[in-house]
Amino acid sequence: MRRFLITIVWLYFAVLLIGPVAYLCSEAVREGAATFGAEITKPEALHGFTLTAEITAIVLVVNLIVGTATAMVLARQQFRGKAILSGLIDLPFAVSPVIAGFMLILLFGPETILGTFFGTLDIKILFAFPAMVMATLFVTFPFVVRELTPVLQTVGTQGEEAARTLGAKEWQVFLLVTLPSVRWGLIYGATLTVARAIGEFGAVLVVAGNVLGLTQTATLHIYQSYVDFNYVGAYAVAATLLAVSFAILTLLEIAKARAVASIAQ
Amino acid sequence: MSPHKLAQVALRSAAIGYVLCLILLPLLLIGQKSLVNGLGQFVVDIRQPQAAAALVLTLEAALVTTAINAVFGTLSAFVLVRYEFRGRWFLNALVDLPFAIPTLVAGLMIAALYGTTSSLGAWLKGGGIEVIYNTPGIILAMLFVTMPFTIRAIQPVLMELEREQEEAAYTLGASSWTTFLKVTIPAMLPGLLTGVFLTFVRALGEFGSIVIVAGNIPMKTQVAAVYVYGEIESYNPQGAASVSVVILLISFFALMLLERLTRPPGERLPPLLRMGAQSGVAS
Amino acid sequence: MKIEVRNLSKQFGSVEAVTRVSFGVNEGELLGLLGPSGSGKTTVLRMIAGLEMPTAGDIIIDGVRVNDLPVQQRNIGFVFQHYALFKHLTVFHNVAFGLKIKQWKRQDIRQRVSDLLRLMSLEGLGDRYPHHLSGGQRQRVAIARALASRPSVLLLDEPFGAVDAKVRQELREWLIRLHDDLKVTSLFVTHDQEEAMEVSDRILVFSKGRLEQVGLPSEVYEDPATEFVARFIGSMNILEVVVKNGTARMGPLEFPAVGYPDGHRVRVGFRPYHVRVAEDPSMFRLRAKLRHVYFLGVAYRLEIETDEGLLLRSRMNKEEFRQYKFQEGAPVSYAITQFRILPEEGTHAPLPASSPLNRGPISP
Repeated sequence: MRRFLITIVWLYFAVLLIGPVAYLCSEAVREGAATFGAEITKPEALHGFTLTAEITAIVLVVNLIVGTATAMVLARQQFRGKAILSGLIDLPFAVSPVIAGFMLILLFGPETILGTFFGTLDIKILFAFPAMVMATLFVTFPFVVRELTPVLQTVGTQGEEAARTLGAKEWQVFLLVTLPSVRWGLIYGATLTVARAIGEFGAVLVVAGNVLGLTQTATLHIYQSYVDFNYVGAYAVAATLLAVSFAILTLLEIAKARAVASIAQ
Repeated sequence: MSPHKLAQVALRSAAIGYVLCLILLPLLLIGQKSLVNGLGQFVVDIRQPQAAAALVLTLEAALVTTAINAVFGTLSAFVLVRYEFRGRWFLNALVDLPFAIPTLVAGLMIAALYGTTSSLGAWLKGGGIEVIYNTPGIILAMLFVTMPFTIRAIQPVLMELEREQEEAAYTLGASSWTTFLKVTIPAMLPGLLTGVFLTFVRALGEFGSIVIVAGNIPMKTQVAAVYVYGEIESYNPQGAASVSVVILLISFFALMLLERLTRPPGERLPPLLRMGAQSGVAS
Repeated sequence: MKIEVRNLSKQFGSVEAVTRVSFGVNEGELLGLLGPSGSGKTTVLRMIAGLEMPTAGDIIIDGVRVNDLPVQQRNIGFVFQHYALFKHLTVFHNVAFGLKIKQWKRQDIRQRVSDLLRLMSLEGLGDRYPHHLSGGQRQRVAIARALASRPSVLLLDEPFGAVDAKVRQELREWLIRLHDDLKVTSLFVTHDQEEAMEVSDRILVFSKGRLEQVGLPSEVYEDPATEFVARFIGSMNILEVVVKNGTARMGPLEFPAVGYPDGHRVRVGFRPYHVRVAEDPSMFRLRAKLRHVYFLGVAYRLEIETDEGLLLRSRMNKEEFRQYKFQEGAPVSYAITQFRILPEEGTHAPLPASSPLNRGPISP
């Protein structure tokens, strides 16, 4: 019985995960390393990688700041409407990315208040970098908050209180005591954020508009290649992202184990 | 007010402000857009054959995915927690892979392996099973991205379930099977429900992988998210908004139901925030 | 139910958790299995329950060898250290669980459960969930659940380990009363020797997988069969002394040691209440300095340092203590009214040391 069940689970994983991953890797290098190299160093590809990296960096920093602040609020404070706030924070999980992008169009479109406002300032929001960043911010928001809040709650305030009795000011308490005590939860949330930001597709597809020329992230570039029947190119860039994903996965597992351990203590 | 208190209030206001602007405001806009020409028009929009087909297809596929995920996810969680075997650590780490991979890449992988260009795909087609550009492909893609949810939701519950509870049942005369039904499964239920509901909501909104695997064939393989995309590109924001609202409402309702079902009395934070387990979002 | 355990052994991998343990349990007895953690007592209990399989030896219940009988069929009640209550069921359904399995009629179940809840002082809590109960309440639910289907033997694994000291005391007394009323054969495991002494009809002392001694609490206390038991139960002063000419001598202390060869090292043990201390340095033959007085509530403990530098403990009840005006640091005199030569480490058979000569008082 035991053997049977284990085999079934292996099969399930093989069909769903292992098979496709292995196949993609083999397809990506089928045309040889030279072609692979050429495809991922094409100017469009490189631009895609760079753009993705830029967006991810910005989103990571913002989320670390805002996410930590929100987590502190949730973990340490009691106030009316707290349940509503935490419900709202979970909302991006329930929203399809296409819808997320759509919301931004409704918010900053040409006939809207904000749209015309920024239009007069000659700042392009939609179909440009700012909108892509905002879309990614929306979808990645819950990660840091969610992973950090339980860790903050479990770690408790005793260390902070001790620091205060020793004369530490608020910002010192935060930087020297609070943050270090939850660092693995923070890293875990940050890693999830990065993974999500790199992989974002639907929302940026919508806000980047029809012209996939200069505002193409790595994922959009893959899509473009695919649509242009350049399968080798698509697979090559995809495999690169896949490699990055595995690196992220490794970091995820390590951070998760450490975060769980710090809660368990 | 002490500096500590002041900092707290400032922080709270900033957090609330950010959340309102980033999340609540845009969502309200969609709601407003869908109703801009009145409720009647809203109903007309979603009863458009293409829209209705997309909604029905999405719901059906999501439900099938949820069912499969519930069974295999529970099984996988059980095997990973209770049994020791070679490669267990490997499988366990692999569970998080869908969280780390861009959905577009996931779609590519699945389309490559099970599409007609590969030997496997051709073989399947010969046997009458068409995966891509067809409903099975949609389900496969949805399964891929939702795979971790049930497993990760059940694992901690199973691990926490003390062996002692099962032993206690044995001492009271229960057979292994009875114990499984009456003790193990009920204890697992909150985890199972969480995994199932999250799977469903996630599958409803999936876009990136399905767009590759199933393409965009109206009335046949067009899921709701792809339909919405199409309507946006066709400058029909109202149509897009209506279908969006339907999907959003179903998702919200499902999450609220989950919250109700899994909240033990006296807890104030929603289970998603309490769990500390991950969840990914469609991309 | 009459239980007999013969040469029971259990190995986990390369670790011998239990080695050749044999004992019998009489009908209606409340037997305490006492020992430090890792001594094998819980493993023995679990083997009797059927939750572990013995590697060797036999478990015989009412004359029938039950080694191969699955736990479901042994008709035992088991109370786990951490209660193991079913968290998803109310108190009522927890207690009723075993009865439902055995397919009792609805009416009978309801009657039995409410009787038990009353017996356990849990009335009115039937609809509560375990996480709404206190530790003491949860433990009582666990016991009620185990007793519901009228098992022939009740097994308790450190039942009071996870509660506060005060609650422990109450639960202990309550368990004794319960046992008196129900008269179910019971075995319970504990590492608390006071608890074992207070609650058990007989005590089994375990150490490192072996059974060191079986006996009444008074026997185990007064007549420890091995040094381990002597140390583990109650407090003991122990000296290592060399034998010469039939006497173990250390300074002015002389302990008759008939039957021991010269040069042999023996360990001499004597209980604190067998050390008498007097304020008058000339009352007794032996001299010491009073280092410290500890107030224990029921008695006093005096720590004295002999002229030779030995630290000894003495216990004195309040009445006697109040006759004196002890001062810390002042000289006192003392006498050892009773002692024992302890069997060597690892041996179980007490030497002909039960010879009164070797247990005598060394009087002034």
